[in-house]
Amino acid sequence: MSRVITVRVQHEDFDLARELADLRVGADEAGAIASFVGTVRRSSSRGEVLEAMTLEHYPAMTQSSLEAIAREARERWPVLAVCIIHRVGTLRPGEQIVLVGVSARHRGDAFLACEFIMDYLKTRAPFWKKERTAQGAYWVDARAADTAAAERWQAS
Amino acid sequence: MKITIVYFAALREMLGVSREEVELPDGVARAGELRAWLAQRKPVWGEALGPGRNIQVAVDQTLADAATPLRDGVEVAFFPPVTGG
Repeated sequence: MSRVITVRVQHEDFDLARELADLRVGADEAGAIASFVGTVRRSSSRGEVLEAMTLEHYPAMTQSSLEAIAREARERWPVLAVCIIHRVGTLRPGEQIVLVGVSARHRGDAFLACEFIMDYLKTRAPFWKKERTAQGAYWVDARAADTAAAERWQAS
Repeated sequence: MKITIVYFAALREMLGVSREEVELPDGVARAGELRAWLAQRKPVWGEALGPGRNIQVAVDQTLADAATPLRDGVEVAFFPPVTGG
């Protein structure tokens, strides 16, 4: 039986099909499963060839931060189950970084909750990316577009 | 009061410290006051934590802001804007 909120912060890769299947266990009334997977692009944020990306995090805070975001999604929409998996450590181009999965009776709630969780995760969850290219290693800057995306949910 | 401060990512690299325990002077009772007090330490601290810099703060693992009060034994984290996901 799956839990209503599943949050994991881990080094290992995740199996998307298995995680989405787990979301459906115990959610018999779910007519909709919406999901998002974030992956490592082959080019860095500066347009160079990316060799590797390292994700640092605040271990004492990441789990609770993601759980709080998941709880808020469930308060805003009639969501049945939420899964958030976020990897840390060193990743290569093409690898999976994050999974957000949401089940609900109807697709509107599932889509919105999934997008909300990603927008809040991008601006509130304590992770930081460092990119390594042939030119050296540098920290990725936060994007104004992410802040704007998160702010839209505060008006609604 | 005595607190723990942790620093992450580019901020940690710039300051050269990841964790410290400090005894706060009178008058430093909120996160914003702590940041201003730290910014006075040395020039690099002012560059890193000065008013123009975009720095986020958490108190006991919850996102906070300048007005958030501090208590004895809390853990305060300073970090650049997050870039997960």
